[in-house]
Amino acid sequence: MKKWLFIGVIFTLIAALMVGCGKSSSGSKSDGTLAKIKERGKFVVGVKYDTYLFGYKDPKSGDVTGFDIDIAKALAKKILGDEKKVELVEITSKTRIPKLKNGDIDAIIATMTITEDRKREVNFSDVYFDAGQSLLVKKGSSIKSVDDLKKGTKVIAVKGATSGDNVKKAAPETELLEFENYAEAFTALKSGKGDALTTDNSILYGMAAQDSDYEVVGSTFTEEPYGIAMVKGDQEFVDYVNKFLKDLQGSGEYAKIKAKWIKE
Amino acid sequence: MLDFSILTTYYDLFFKGFLTTIEVSIIGLICSFILGVIVAVMRIAPLRILNYFGTCFVEFIRNIPLIIIVFFFYHGLSVYINLSGFAAGTIGLSIYTAAFIAEAVRAGIQSVDKGQMEAARSSGLKYIQAMRYVILPQAVKIVIPPIGNQFINLVKNSSILGVVAGMELMYFADYIHEKTYVTFDTYIFAAMFYLVLTIPLSLFVNYLERRLARSY
Repeated sequence: MKKWLFIGVIFTLIAALMVGCGKSSSGSKSDGTLAKIKERGKFVVGVKYDTYLFGYKDPKSGDVTGFDIDIAKALAKKILGDEKKVELVEITSKTRIPKLKNGDIDAIIATMTITEDRKREVNFSDVYFDAGQSLLVKKGSSIKSVDDLKKGTKVIAVKGATSGDNVKKAAPETELLEFENYAEAFTALKSGKGDALTTDNSILYGMAAQDSDYEVVGSTFTEEPYGIAMVKGDQEFVDYVNKFLKDLQGSGEYAKIKAKWIKE
Repeated sequence: MLDFSILTTYYDLFFKGFLTTIEVSIIGLICSFILGVIVAVMRIAPLRILNYFGTCFVEFIRNIPLIIIVFFFYHGLSVYINLSGFAAGTIGLSIYTAAFIAEAVRAGIQSVDKGQMEAARSSGLKYIQAMRYVILPQAVKIVIPPIGNQFINLVKNSSILGVVAGMELMYFADYIHEKTYVTFDTYIFAAMFYLVLTIPLSLFVNYLERRLARSY
């Protein structure tokens, strides 16, 4: 009987812990993000490390480069006057919102689609890149577009991304396999775990550029407007970032960055 | 407090994953136990070559992270045989746990005093008989707690299937998390599903231990 008492106590402790955690996570947003960045002297931004062309860490040199990285640097330059004052933090589709919410990062610039669901969790800037979902298949595959996704077709996607849900809507019969990140998803496609890999075409072009046995097929079947995500409740920072994006486009800097990475 | 709407809304997914976790655990329990005992016997058999292979297996497998073993079966073998996430995960998990079970069983058998075997042999029992009637009944009692630990570990380690699309509890917990963005509560519910499996298992091992201790 003693044992049951003990188990009861443990459960009570767990419950107490949970109540505590719930409270602590919601009460630390007194200062604006902008002030925080300036005080710190560093702009901490969550980016992808596994997305060729957007945010990619070169395994040899260790450098992280890409379209999103250049945008982050430009924003750091705008806020702090020096593009080197940016600290890149690796995030995945799965970890980005929690990391932003608990204050580990100031913003997410990581191929993140603006959706209504996400708007409830974070603030978004204006669209800074227009992508659309498409399919990547092995060359010679019978899949030519989203219409070829039938019952029994296995489609690979990444956890935490919108692409899994979208393909389910476009082709409800398919079986969906979700992986931790794009590298694992692409490896799974290569090792024949699925027939097609789906995500934003911008990312797929990067994969096809890395391995010429694979190609992007079909036109886009969704619209994926990318936005910069910031913590909820800080409109000042959103306005600042929107103005930054407008200036970037106005000065021609944006076109330069885009042409550097995306060749359509 | 916890957001129970996540549990009620996604109950079917949690439950689907929970069933798969049970399935993996049961298959893993049986396979790892059989394989573990075979390897343990190899390690203590009076035959050098068997000792050697047994030791190699244990040292090789138990010193590699589980996730690498699972990736080996999932991605590495795909050139020859294309295993599903469920199959690759269950095989990897069984082999991994078998190495630990082999060690527990071997330690248990070897911890029975040498004199027992010598006495049994000099009373005219053959090696196999001595094992069967004298050594193993004593070893089982010693071995139950560490094997129980390994079984509990196996149930928890089945979460590895989540990273190879094995469709078990952790895979769906990730899925629900990405839909709701509620991190803490989702994983607490997942933890509770694991507790539903591991606590009874734990109590059962304790019960067995007491039961066998009495039977001297």
